[in-house]
Amino acid sequence: MYRSAMYDKPLLNEIAHIKKDKIKSIDTFPNALQRKEKVNIPDLDETQIVRHFYRLSQMNYGIDSGIYPLGSCTMKYNPKICEEIAGWDDFANTHPYQDVSTVQGNLEIMLELERMLCEITGMDYFSLQPAAGAQGEFLGMLITRAYHELNKDNERNEVILPDTAHGTNPASVTMAGYKLIEIPSTKDGTVDLEMLGKALSEKTACFMLTNPNTLGIFESEIIEISKMVHKAGALLYYDGANINAIMGKARPGDMGFDIVHLNLHKTFATPHGGGGPGSGPIGVKIKLEKLLPIPRIARKDGKYLFDYNVPQSIGKIKGFYGNFSVLLKAYIYILMMGRDGLKEASEIAVLNSNYMKEKILKSEKYDMPYKQLRKHEFVLSCEKLKQEKGITAKDVAKRLLDYGLHPPTIYFPLIVKEALMVEPTETESKEDLDEYIDVLIKIANEDPELVKNAPINTPVKRVDEVGATKNPVLTWKMI
Amino acid sequence: MKFIPNSNIKNSMLKEIGLNNINDLFSDIPQKIRIKNIELDNGLSQQDTEKKLREIACKNKSYHQLTSFIGGGIKPHYIPSFVKSIISRAEFYTAYTPYQSEASQGFLQAMFEYQSIIAELTGMDVANCSLYDGVTSLGEAALMCTRINRKKTFIIPENISSDKKSVLKNYTKGSELEIKEIPYDLKTGKIDLNQLKKNVDGNTAGVYIENPNFFGVFEDDVDTISKIVKDAGSIFVIGIDPISLGITKSPSEYGADIAIGEGRALGNPMDFGGSSLGIFACKKEFLRQMPGRIIGLTKDSESNRAFCMALQTREQHIRRSRATSNICTNEGLCALAAVSYLSWLGGNGLEKLSKANFENGQKLAKQIESIKGFKKMFTGVHFNEFVIKCDEDPDKINKKLLQKNIQGGLLLESEYPDLKNCVLFGITEIHNDADIEKLISALKEVSNV
Repeated sequence: MYRSAMYDKPLLNEIAHIKKDKIKSIDTFPNALQRKEKVNIPDLDETQIVRHFYRLSQMNYGIDSGIYPLGSCTMKYNPKICEEIAGWDDFANTHPYQDVSTVQGNLEIMLELERMLCEITGMDYFSLQPAAGAQGEFLGMLITRAYHELNKDNERNEVILPDTAHGTNPASVTMAGYKLIEIPSTKDGTVDLEMLGKALSEKTACFMLTNPNTLGIFESEIIEISKMVHKAGALLYYDGANINAIMGKARPGDMGFDIVHLNLHKTFATPHGGGGPGSGPIGVKIKLEKLLPIPRIARKDGKYLFDYNVPQSIGKIKGFYGNFSVLLKAYIYILMMGRDGLKEASEIAVLNSNYMKEKILKSEKYDMPYKQLRKHEFVLSCEKLKQEKGITAKDVAKRLLDYGLHPPTIYFPLIVKEALMVEPTETESKEDLDEYIDVLIKIANEDPELVKNAPINTPVKRVDEVGATKNPVLTWKMI
Repeated sequence: MKFIPNSNIKNSMLKEIGLNNINDLFSDIPQKIRIKNIELDNGLSQQDTEKKLREIACKNKSYHQLTSFIGGGIKPHYIPSFVKSIISRAEFYTAYTPYQSEASQGFLQAMFEYQSIIAELTGMDVANCSLYDGVTSLGEAALMCTRINRKKTFIIPENISSDKKSVLKNYTKGSELEIKEIPYDLKTGKIDLNQLKKNVDGNTAGVYIENPNFFGVFEDDVDTISKIVKDAGSIFVIGIDPISLGITKSPSEYGADIAIGEGRALGNPMDFGGSSLGIFACKKEFLRQMPGRIIGLTKDSESNRAFCMALQTREQHIRRSRATSNICTNEGLCALAAVSYLSWLGGNGLEKLSKANFENGQKLAKQIESIKGFKKMFTGVHFNEFVIKCDEDPDKINKKLLQKNIQGGLLLESEYPDLKNCVLFGITEIHNDADIEKLISALKEVSNV
């Protein structure tokens, strides 16, 4: 039976002796700014700090701990070699403004990575600047805006999204100042062409789509969708969160997408770091290249350089050139995988997903609304369990934790009731998939009270999230 | 195949679910857009990959091969080895955003501690657990100001980095917020108070200043500035360098409503400019307008202390188009480095670190000024960066320094036409007297030619 490590977990300030000492003032320092008392932060010895965080790490679940099938998050194994190389002095200790002749290696990697991502997606140019997928989306919207402004097409103030879209999509749309038009999906779970046709107009700036969508269904009408969108004078945007399903099989560029973002911390195996850093490069078709952020990376006479001379560029969306350490790890991953490896990754990611789906559905404990063939992920519904035994998707998720397994994404996409969104990825073995399937079925047969009171084997029991929002305690001073 | 354990058994797995061929799984992709292959090379073994990367790495010069004195908001700092050891714990770095709190107590607690330490450092009530970087923090802060008071101008000093100006412009494009720049005083390098006073009015959503500013100069008229901002009923946003806070007042002591900054220097390497760490803290009254993830302390079902993400109703995965920001992935691991590093420094260590940076800054400026042909541009007291005006073309000087494996200061003239032949030098605690001597003797040599 699984048991998580569990410690009494004092906070740093409860371990440390904090003294409110006076500061020895500096004569030459402006008096109005001189600090009087030392900063009130813990002062610990290295041994204490290491042990504190080591213990905390033992109360945390990562992809190295086990399967992590969060839908749309592509939690695949993060190769250790990438971490090691990204830590090398020659990369980690370079300054973004040092003379370009002394960072030729960095620029070579960035330009090569741009080229690789172009090949994988079928786009013409890439920018590596966005720090995350959501920032890539936001940049995509800024480019959309700049494109229409350039064409003096200033009436376009709407962006259309299907109701299955990731939450970042609508947020990025409004942040860029666009009005959001959401269209419902068909009973197959795909884009409703009739609804799309009705929504498209001379006001449409862009249609944002994930393909395969968040149900894991490939939008087979994509060529028609692309025609309709372009006929209306709008751009077609690809949310690349799900591209792990189609590498080497199909490319968004060939489907007619004008802008694509990728999440390197998903498909390209760089770690999520408990929340970040990530990286969300965007690729565009040639007509949008001149709008990409500065600097562009170029090669001239065998030398790499930064090109700031891009008059129509939208400028910058992040400091410097993007999350270089993440870019480097993705570059190493793609080098190792190569053409066949990436294709194999997508094939097995889709196989693993369909294998799990079939076996789970056979148990008849969970339903799966919408079309049956799925790609890298599938979305189950716990509605039947809820009706029959009062067990919700959240209960199932929490009970999975008791078996030492990370739950799927829950309650998303919003069009599936009591949703469990499962994305196993290609890096899980059949044995691990089988175990997960068995546990999911087992939970459906367990005493509902046990499931509703889960988890019990974790460092804490079920956490009161509502309380954390009602009475926010956000620092140790507020306790 | 690498990292794909089921490669060898795919046929039997296919058979188990009633399929014959892997392509059956892709039958819903229209023929017209199917491809056979990606036009990339075949994959390399780990051994060959490492060899190739060694060759590429040789084309770079790290700080250890190229003694660097370049300013511009990012500089090398010392990182004790244990920090890397902590952030290399795979339970931390291979975890996702802590949606499942019961399996993420370790990271959640660490982020709660990070928020607590940032709150102490800035003197603010609350902090989030990171944004992308200090640059985008400014964009988010401006948007937050107008969300709070619905006013339509945001005021910045002319002398902030060009990255910040550009990002701010892009972040506010969708908001009808107008950005106004206040010039700096050519003599002191500080913000022009008269111009500031003239421009701040009832329409001002927020006023941003940085301490020290982009030229390395401390804005010490903070009480006057604060009064101007408060009198107009505007929101005061202060950009900080955390390394300076061991000796400077916390921004809350001179009236900050929102404190932001770049936190990379706290235990994170330069990484060619990324990763980075966006610090974002504010007063409690503005909490619900804050962007980004916030970790809260709560209880579990048996009343034990527990942590989870709090106030998620501000965020995109719940609030969607009405979220306070679109941010999802942040810089959590860099925040983890920062909290472990800061708890090692403690209040004493931070004071020492601040002083070392300040003193090295004074020492280097003085020694450069002692060479003929170099003069400090501004009279304002500076921290660990400062502007030097050269008699000669600084670009040429930098090229000559480079031949001696020294990286000179950042050229400012293209960005600031008033600052002809000016460069921005930067120095930190990692530079010792020998490093300084190396630069000074090289400068003497190259400027005599």
